[in-house]
Amino acid sequence: MKTNFNVTVSLWTLTVKEVRRFLRIWVQTLVPPAVTMSLYFVIFGSLIGPRIGSMDGFDYIQYMIPGLIMLSVITNSYNNVVSSFYSVKFQKSIEELLISPMPNWTILLGFVLGGVCRGVLIGIIVFGVSLLFYPDFTVANPLLTVTVLFLTSILFSLMGFINAVFADSFDDISIIPTFILTPLIYLGGVFYSINILPDVWRSVSMANPMLYVVNTFREGMLGVSDVSISFSLGMIITFILVLSVSCLYLLKKGTGIRQ
Amino acid sequence: MAEYALEINNLQKVYDNNVVALKGINLKVQKGDFYALLGPNGAGKSSTIGIIGSLVTKSAGKVSVFGNDIDTDLNKAKSMLGVVSQEINFSQFEKVLDIVVTQAGFYGIPKSIAMPKVENILKRLSLWDKRNDQARTLSGGYKRRLMIAKALIHEPQLLILDEPTAGVDIELRREMWSFLKEINKNGTTIILTTHYLEEAEQLCRNIGIIDKGTIVANTSMKDLLGTLNVQGFVFDLDQPLEEAPVIEGFPLKLEDPLTLVAAVNKDRSINALFSELTKLNIKIKSMRNEANRLEELFIEMVNANEN
Ligand SMILES: Nc1ncnc2c1ncn2[C@@H]1O[C@H](COP(=O)(O)OP(=O)(O)OP(=O)(O)O)[C@@H](O)[C@H]1O
Ligand SMILES: [Mg+2]
Repeated sequence: MKTNFNVTVSLWTLTVKEVRRFLRIWVQTLVPPAVTMSLYFVIFGSLIGPRIGSMDGFDYIQYMIPGLIMLSVITNSYNNVVSSFYSVKFQKSIEELLISPMPNWTILLGFVLGGVCRGVLIGIIVFGVSLLFYPDFTVANPLLTVTVLFLTSILFSLMGFINAVFADSFDDISIIPTFILTPLIYLGGVFYSINILPDVWRSVSMANPMLYVVNTFREGMLGVSDVSISFSLGMIITFILVLSVSCLYLLKKGTGIRQ
Repeated sequence: MAEYALEINNLQKVYDNNVVALKGINLKVQKGDFYALLGPNGAGKSSTIGIIGSLVTKSAGKVSVFGNDIDTDLNKAKSMLGVVSQEINFSQFEKVLDIVVTQAGFYGIPKSIAMPKVENILKRLSLWDKRNDQARTLSGGYKRRLMIAKALIHEPQLLILDEPTAGVDIELRREMWSFLKEINKNGTTIILTTHYLEEAEQLCRNIGIIDKGTIVANTSMKDLLGTLNVQGFVFDLDQPLEEAPVIEGFPLKLEDPLTLVAAVNKDRSINALFSELTKLNIKIKSMRNEANRLEELFIEMVNANEN
């Protein structure tokens, strides 16, 4: 009996499907970050920025660029996976995956790759937009920048996946992004260096995981950071591993997927 | 080689909300069979099918598809099985063609190999002209066809359809019947659930009836219809009777003093019954056929399970 099941084909199929999904609705997925970020650059960069002066020795607009790229990458990776996987559950088209011989890890990887493609693409778009406002930007450490870009995108795609697994309604897929993710990112050093904060708030900020992601990326792009890079990279990778194992466990158990 | 296309032993399912959907069912479906799984709403048909397709987890029991146990040889079982779910389960915003090609991809079939198969199957189901339409724009009957196309794309040897013709018009239903008959003739074992008993009668060789999570009958269509060789006749009487008369070879039942019901075997002449009744001086005002056939029998079996 022949069952030479081709894993690569199934993974490729799912990834292409995921990418096609966000490209099909590009007005909802690709345009908004470009528009919002342009506004940020106009208001905080060009209008208010000069009055703020410099931050860690950089023009304020320049300092803001890595933060805004991270903000967009994080929210888009997360949102892509949470909304896609939830709607696959909601429309029952998850049955198409469950009935097939695709192993769980390819299902997870397919959705994560979809989130990563969108996250990275958005990162490039926002960087492109920022160059319109600050054409002289040069990346300090391209290798670190790209590495952090991908790791962040993977990390938040995984988080989006877990959110979708537990989600029972459309409310459930917006609660965490709105009430937890966004505040943590905004307070995680996107707009400022924690060095400008009073001691107490600086210590509190150190407990915010977003701070490490944003600052590692800033180290890549500008060469400055509020935190230790090796520690941050270690934590990001650890979290990716822990979350991957958790996702696979949830898939195996069938939580929220199989009754 | 396995003996059966599907073998289910002591299958049990308790949902998270403590609903007991299956109370240990046993079922064997022969290779090449066309099998009907019948039962009232909530009997456990979809739960059974969900478990076979690993869309629902089982609480206990064994399931094997062509001898491949879903606990130990799941991928082999999956590659031989196609399921058409009761509810629509494709992404409404994708195109018909993409949906089927994607489903093939999930089975590990690359697009280049899948395309001719997809074209063939979409043509046979009259979906080819609609291949570039968004799935949500299809009418209900065409959505069903798309579900069937998806389930057949990896050429499964066992096809299970959960109410494939619900809400499908008569013409389309007959088209679907001949399509299913044809693939069955070409060797695919088919199991289907339906609430149209005529459909089961037209298509299926064997039949199982499930009610409240237990199998209450498992027989061949021929035997089942054989029990229907007894026709019921209802006589409206001229004079009331106190009790049913006894006539050799014709079981009689008095429904009320003026209504007599007779069970007449198909190979016996009703004339004989008339002359016996005349002998007993029982005058008949009018006579009609007792509405029955499969439906009656079905209700009887399910009612018997009440107790
Ligand atoms: N996801 C679920 N959670 C809880 N209970 C469920 C679930 N799905 C089905 N049930 C219950 O299990 C029982 C069997 O349902 P099932 O869907 O298998 O019936 P069915 O025979 O397919 O009925 P129908 O002819 O209406 O499709 C019912 O009592 C139903 O309410
Ligand atoms: Mg059902």
